[in-house]
Amino acid sequence: MSRRYIPKVVTANRLREGDVVYLTANNLWTPHHQEAELIEDEAHAQLRLLHAAGQKLIVVGAYLADAKAGAKGPEPVHFREAFRTRGPSNYAHGKQVDLTHV
Amino acid sequence: MYDYTDFDEAFVRTRVAQFTDQVERRLDGSLTEDEFRPLRLMNGLYLQLHAYMLRVAIPYGTINPRQMRQLANIADTWDKGYGHFTTRQNIQFNWPKLPDVPAILSALADVGMHAIQTSGNCVRNVTADHFAGAAADEIEDPRPYAELLRQWSTDHPEFQFLPRKFKIAITGSPNDRAVTAAHDIGLRMTRNAAGEAGFEVFVGGGLGRTPMIGHLVRQFLPVGDLLPYVESVLSVYNTLGRRDNKYKARIKITVHETGRDEIARMIEARFAEVRPLFGGADQALLADIRAAFAQPALQSRSLADYDAAYHSHPVFRAWADTNLSEHRKGDHAIVTISIKAHGQTPGDATSDQMRVIADLSETYGYSELRISHEQNVILPHVHKADLPVVHAALAKVGLATANVGLLSDMIACPGMDYCALATARSIPVAQEIALHFEALKLEHDIGALKIKISGCINACGHHHVGHIGILGLDRAGVENYQITLGGDATETAAIGEKTGPGFAYDEIVPAIERILRAYLGLRLHAEETFLDAYRRVGMDPFKRALYGDEGHQDAA
Repeated sequence: MSRRYIPKVVTANRLREGDVVYLTANNLWTPHHQEAELIEDEAHAQLRLLHAAGQKLIVVGAYLADAKAGAKGPEPVHFREAFRTRGPSNYAHGKQVDLTHV
Repeated sequence: MYDYTDFDEAFVRTRVAQFTDQVERRLDGSLTEDEFRPLRLMNGLYLQLHAYMLRVAIPYGTINPRQMRQLANIADTWDKGYGHFTTRQNIQFNWPKLPDVPAILSALADVGMHAIQTSGNCVRNVTADHFAGAAADEIEDPRPYAELLRQWSTDHPEFQFLPRKFKIAITGSPNDRAVTAAHDIGLRMTRNAAGEAGFEVFVGGGLGRTPMIGHLVRQFLPVGDLLPYVESVLSVYNTLGRRDNKYKARIKITVHETGRDEIARMIEARFAEVRPLFGGADQALLADIRAAFAQPALQSRSLADYDAAYHSHPVFRAWADTNLSEHRKGDHAIVTISIKAHGQTPGDATSDQMRVIADLSETYGYSELRISHEQNVILPHVHKADLPVVHAALAKVGLATANVGLLSDMIACPGMDYCALATARSIPVAQEIALHFEALKLEHDIGALKIKISGCINACGHHHVGHIGILGLDRAGVENYQITLGGDATETAAIGEKTGPGFAYDEIVPAIERILRAYLGLRLHAEETFLDAYRRVGMDPFKRALYGDEGHQDAA
């Protein structure tokens, strides 16, 4: 039996600002990880990554990151991705403050 | 210091115009990211975890007050009000937006600065002793040679696509403060039997995943042969370097695989070809450059103010005892401004702090400043009578921490708080170590100690040459910190030895405490430093302290 596919989200940085964003199911880019499309099928993940890679005027460096289902939506699995949802730990900079104003 | 000539100015302005056009074409879709990426990297612009990052060169760590103020303005206008000084004597801005970068580069060009060759497989910013031009132990100011190397290597057509990046460090003093042994080329000034100045040339040093101490390939290189010899080293490397494998592409691997003797022979053979092609223009240029590094006219006056403050103000005395170094003129001092207040991010200076530093440099420091690879700022020439005023002004902006050379004067790379390559965080580990030992009031008792922290194997935090090195890794999806002991970044350079299994994020500070309590228990006397004690007793007592007697067996 093949190993179960670890669900993914498509993530990238905005081309102009560099901000971390995630691809939603309706083809928008959101700064909120929990609003991302949780992709549970490998073939579909590749299609979504191709879609993201085509958005070259909006984002840069799109890739698939491991994720898991959570109460409010997808949650990161790896600590690197968890840091990307917040910003640095030494200052209140980045999303941890920017998103509170949204 | 060296000011741009018309040629330098035109070159940098042309590059800004080119990159401005490239950014526009990226933003309008004319350039793909694959096409744009090498262009932005050539101009120091990286994409990091949360944002872009712009790395600006501070050639051989020398900067003037006007430039420092411009960095402050850039931080306020286009970033978040601070900059990060790095182990490469660069400054990094962590939050620029792509459309703003041309304006930032233009603002840098206004003060004779740029971000060229701060990335890519080329000769990077040449680094130098941060006490250059001021140190009491100096044979000669190494900066004219560093500037000559900068001009020669900038946009050098033969060396823009080397097998891998290439770093040159230079010191004019026998006491090596520039970590020359851990660079692709390390140049240490020396004198021959006739009393002439020249260089010992080391090749093939480096840290990263395969740390190596450089090999001495030339005992005495006359200063007039510097460019043809360095060009010969690069020429041999450019031919032999492993372009097939990124992890084996640095010159340290070339030297390791080829052998020191054969590499030295090949360099000399190439040098015999290259030397006659240098017709003297380089020496004429060097003479011009030397004139730009003329020493300031140092004042002579009473030391009464200094003596009075030293004897009556314990806080000033503590700072003077740790943060001052011997100047070649006895009534002056070299001031190291610690950018390592306990609990702060090592190497980060706010725009306000930068402006105060610039003001102090102008008023009391002959308008000179250096940035150290240890992430501090140096006022290289301050008359001792002015030190109490300088100290008071620094204290007002949180820059008077008396910890230079002590535990909390740590190097820490940005780690996974910023860096896309990092495998773990560095900054919070540094912050917590500093705060922990500050609370214990043990720092001064422990004495001279170099802790260096890297957030990945690439070793920007120089962990291999820390007396205590900490390397952050990703072990099965969890941050894990490996410890090395006995590293040394000086003229007695050594690579630290791993203690054994690593420690989880919440275990690393207690682990460092166990090591240092073991040291305090076994040292012969208060003057025996951690490194001296380690060299005397070896790894075993520290392994026991870290892992216990049972764990020590497992770790061995």
